[in-house]
Amino acid sequence: MQNIPSFSYLHTCSLDSLPRENEATFLALLGQALKEGARPLAYFALPKMADETGQSLLAVLAQDGQRRLLALRSIPLTSVASLTPSFPALHLFERALNEEGMELRGHPWCKPVRVAPDLRSPGSPPFPFFRTTGSQVHEVAVGPVHAGIIEPGHFRFQCAGEEVIHLEIALGYQHRGLEALVLKKPLETLPMLFECTAGDTSIGHALAHALIIERLQNRSLSARVSETRALALELERLANHVGDLGAIAGDTGFLPTSAWNGRIRGDILTMTAILTGNRFGRNLVVPGTVRRSPDAKTCSDLEERRKTALRDARGAIDCMMKSPSVLERMRETGKVSAGMAKKLGLVGVCARASGIPVDARKNAPFEDETLPFAPALAETGDVLGRVQVRIREVETSFAMVEKSLTILSALEREPVPPRPPLRPLPKNTLAVSQVEGFRGEIVHVAVTNAENAFLTYRVIDPSFHNWMGLAVALRGNQISDFPLCNKSFNLSYCGHDL
Amino acid sequence: MSQPLLHALHFVLALLLSPLLFGIINRVKAKVAGRHGKPLLQTYFDLIKLLRKGCVRSDCTTPVFTLAPCIQISATVLALYFLPLGGVASPAGFAGDFLLVSYLLAAGRFVIMLAALDTGSSFEGMGASREATFSAFAEPVLFLAMIVLTSFYMDLGHSEAYAFSLGTLFGGQSALAWLNGKLELLFIPPVFFLLLLVENSRIPVDDPTTHLELTMIHEVMILDHSGPDLALILYASTVKLWFFASLIASLFIPPMQIWQESLLWLLLIFLLAVILGLLESSMARLRLHRVPALIGAAGMMAALALILSQMR
Repeated sequence: MQNIPSFSYLHTCSLDSLPRENEATFLALLGQALKEGARPLAYFALPKMADETGQSLLAVLAQDGQRRLLALRSIPLTSVASLTPSFPALHLFERALNEEGMELRGHPWCKPVRVAPDLRSPGSPPFPFFRTTGSQVHEVAVGPVHAGIIEPGHFRFQCAGEEVIHLEIALGYQHRGLEALVLKKPLETLPMLFECTAGDTSIGHALAHALIIERLQNRSLSARVSETRALALELERLANHVGDLGAIAGDTGFLPTSAWNGRIRGDILTMTAILTGNRFGRNLVVPGTVRRSPDAKTCSDLEERRKTALRDARGAIDCMMKSPSVLERMRETGKVSAGMAKKLGLVGVCARASGIPVDARKNAPFEDETLPFAPALAETGDVLGRVQVRIREVETSFAMVEKSLTILSALEREPVPPRPPLRPLPKNTLAVSQVEGFRGEIVHVAVTNAENAFLTYRVIDPSFHNWMGLAVALRGNQISDFPLCNKSFNLSYCGHDL
Repeated sequence: MSQPLLHALHFVLALLLSPLLFGIINRVKAKVAGRHGKPLLQTYFDLIKLLRKGCVRSDCTTPVFTLAPCIQISATVLALYFLPLGGVASPAGFAGDFLLVSYLLAAGRFVIMLAALDTGSSFEGMGASREATFSAFAEPVLFLAMIVLTSFYMDLGHSEAYAFSLGTLFGGQSALAWLNGKLELLFIPPVFFLLLLVENSRIPVDDPTTHLELTMIHEVMILDHSGPDLALILYASTVKLWFFASLIASLFIPPMQIWQESLLWLLLIFLLAVILGLLESSMARLRLHRVPALIGAAGMMAALALILSQMR
């Protein structure tokens, strides 16, 4: 991979340092890097310049071991050959490229990504849903309106009796044009926008955005600020993991853990509210600083609450994991093999449940230091695996919260810097941030133009990679197991649709 | 008081009190989970609310859909009438009435399945298919359990005409018998309990509280019913639960004073509701394709009871 420009994940990369490769070289280098184990973080087209006929492609890949990022740029193109047949991890990136006007040659599954089947312009041909035929095959369509209070998405099952042959997921109902909005809004209002990219990952996305701005402007943070951010991120993970474990118990019909975890999640959200002033952590993270940081008294209050929440969570989870009927229900349900997870480029909890150690807290920590834990792994890749990964992460997150609270109460005297005035962004620069949200790795990629403004801003929520994992997990399973599998993945619709 | 009058009294009592069972189950589940829970009388409120609402019916349904709730409720209530209630045999009983009763219940289930198919919804089709599969497994088990009781009464020297009626089978002799050492008959209450779980779509067979259409059995078949139609179906399911609970209770009531018998009958039925609530709080539901194994286990127990009683 020597011939691909690489840079440290903590720094930015000048756009001019990236040679403009022709299509063949670009694809060959991209293929080579993927073959050698690099992970695609983003693959998109830069907006068309006035003097160009096409759009140049930009691919950002991660070399997790070396903590370096690779970047590849092409000459302006109007059409590109698809790499999806050899590297399925790229398939959704390529479909998104196609949706933005790039012709994809040889893509096996080139369908819309963010234009929902029923929201397309009138007169467009019927949505090309995958169809299985046969006298014993039937089709079940679910959504976009669901029975529970969840986001809209359309699921199509091809079934033989109770067995699912294939599940197709069509999303796009939540598409708000977020990436286009970023370019129009003034820079100082952007944190608010990212806090509602995916409402349950407010801190994760706000943090990813703050890192982009800080890396572009080359700012360093005080210890108190980074520790407050780390604390908020872990609280967000705890609230969601505890809630998810309860929801999984609820879907197996196991009521006690379902009811208790709902309450414990509330307690953790209260901790977030004490820390940030908002139960979902809004208005905390801004580029350069945090709006609030706890004093020693608040830290000791939070520590008390942490202890209670830990005790309760352990009890509720124990109760569930000691019930044979729950374990039987989760084991071997919705299996994704390690090979498949790697092929599809899964991230976060779903990847770790299949034994793939991707964790941005390990691969791309906020400061250049190693975190004192190994990513929580399970081997089985089934619902039970995803539950076990969550349980282990709940334990490590509680420990990290304790550590952060100790550090923060010692740092009480250090002042929290006020929000710094915004400096102009550097010209023609590529910046990348990776944040391990509770679902997995959130990636933001920004490219600036010659006028000190964003040329393009890309958001890759972990759900973007993982929805295909859910579709594959369902193959050969019972259709009645879908809700349980879905809950164990717990993916974001709006994070995907943007 | 005469027997028919007493039975009529118990029958009315059963019809009045049956919605209370759901209230008890839900309250027990809530208490175990540390919640306050719905009011005990919530099912009554729901029924009243539904009866006052209008009906929305899909354009593509036929009279099958409209008639199904009426047929089901009539069949279920009629089946309950044939049952000895609180130790009093039904005046309508005859030799072989258990066949009529089980097919009355089957008819109620059948029309609801037809109504589900009538809507043309893929969800309801799946629900009907699951219901058909599981009831096909459950029916022979019910008959096997009945045969055990019949052979027991035949052994006691009763005539066929007498031994083949529900009034005898659930008349109290069996409770006396196992109290006197015929322990193999103790297999029969668990068999009926498992049948109760299957027939009434309770955990671990089905999850009555879920909102997930893809996993449901009973609830998904009635997704399109609304208003008074839904009220009839809801009421029929409470009566059906009372029917099975009463079957089980009858197996435990030895011949006593009539007021003692009816009191014990009510107590046992409410106790069963509490047990159901505890069971539903303490285990997850089974994977759908494991349900036949559960019904098979019930069948095995019934067969074992039959063999043991014949070996004596």
